Amino acid sequence: MLREGHQVSCVDEDPEAHALLEVSLESSWEDAGGQFTVGTGLETDALLAAGVEQADAFIASTDGDNTNIVIAQIAQRRFKVPTVIARILDPLRAEWYENQGVRTICPTRVAIEMLEGFVRDSVGGGAGEAA
Amino acid sequence: MAERMYILVIGAGKVGWNLARELLEKGHEVTLIENNHERFATVEQELEHSVQYGDASELWVLERAGISRADMVIAVTGDDEDNMLICQVAREKYSVERIIARVNNPRNRQHFELLGVTPYVSATDLILRLLEHEVPEYGLIHLLDLPEERLEIIEMLLADDSRVAGQRVGDLNMPQGSLLISVLREGRGFVPAPDTVLEAGDEVLAVLDPGLEEDLKAFFGPNGG
Repeated sequence: MLREGHQVSCVDEDPEAHALLEVSLESSWEDAGGQFTVGTGLETDALLAAGVEQADAFIASTDGDNTNIVIAQIAQRRFKVPTVIARILDPLRAEWYENQGVRTICPTRVAIEMLEGFVRDSVGGGAGEAA
Repeated sequence: MAERMYILVIGAGKVGWNLARELLEKGHEVTLIENNHERFATVEQELEHSVQYGDASELWVLERAGISRADMVIAVTGDDEDNMLICQVAREKYSVERIIARVNNPRNRQHFELLGVTPYVSATDLILRLLEHEVPEYGLIHLLDLPEERLEIIEMLLADDSRVAGQRVGDLNMPQGSLLISVLREGRGFVPAPDTVLEAGDEVLAVLDPGLEEDLKAFFGPNGG
């Protein structure tokens, strides 16, 4: 997103995560225009420091479904960020929250669809029975 | 017991386990859900079929426990996000009428409110409230706060220099939106009559519209203060 000319601000509770951002980057994350805040998504102060009030889009993609669902709703309801997306691994909950107006990405669902696609392609595109 | 309820208790820590036991003893039907297998096995020895193993933030676990017929869901895990979402889903997806959530970190209270997860219980807040009760210089004690109903009940000790000490209740000109409901004197409470004379050392209970605390503090406070 940074390379496309957007401003990107990351929040992570692990200060070391900053190094990951600079992998395959020619300059430092900050020189490239990025911002990095140490904190968790439930800390209002960290979100404010990261500039949530000015954000056009907010992506909640920590490794915890519950955390993502909560902070996505904070971004949406409290800070009125226009576009909010949450990563939810659990397909059932992803579907329900999607219906509640939280835009979700469900990697499990995506992987299942890809795997199904591969299987269908390899058995000849068809009405074959599931193994 | 007025009503036998079906209650889901989420989290079999100290709070959840004891709560489930007490609710069972009161004759309610209870299912306790715990996601740590070792803990589950321990609790199961006592509560048997009333405890189920699983992560209650997953919908199928709640459904297996029969959430759709639950009268009440109480989320008391050690994780605030879990408690928030379990209660949110219980109310909004499964239309459970009564929920209670535990707040572990008081800073997260704002998030519980934002997601509509009320009422909640915070041990830290309860202790602070007890502290207010024990430490008189706080002056005004909140006995009941119902922000949605816009109702508060407070208690105040009338100090020696209180401006209302010696006055008849009928002569009090209480701030608009407040009402004196009870007087505690020498350990006994009574509903004051118009000719009751307030004394220093009385504890007065008043019901008031939210936001009038400062007015009442001044009203019952020292002369000229």
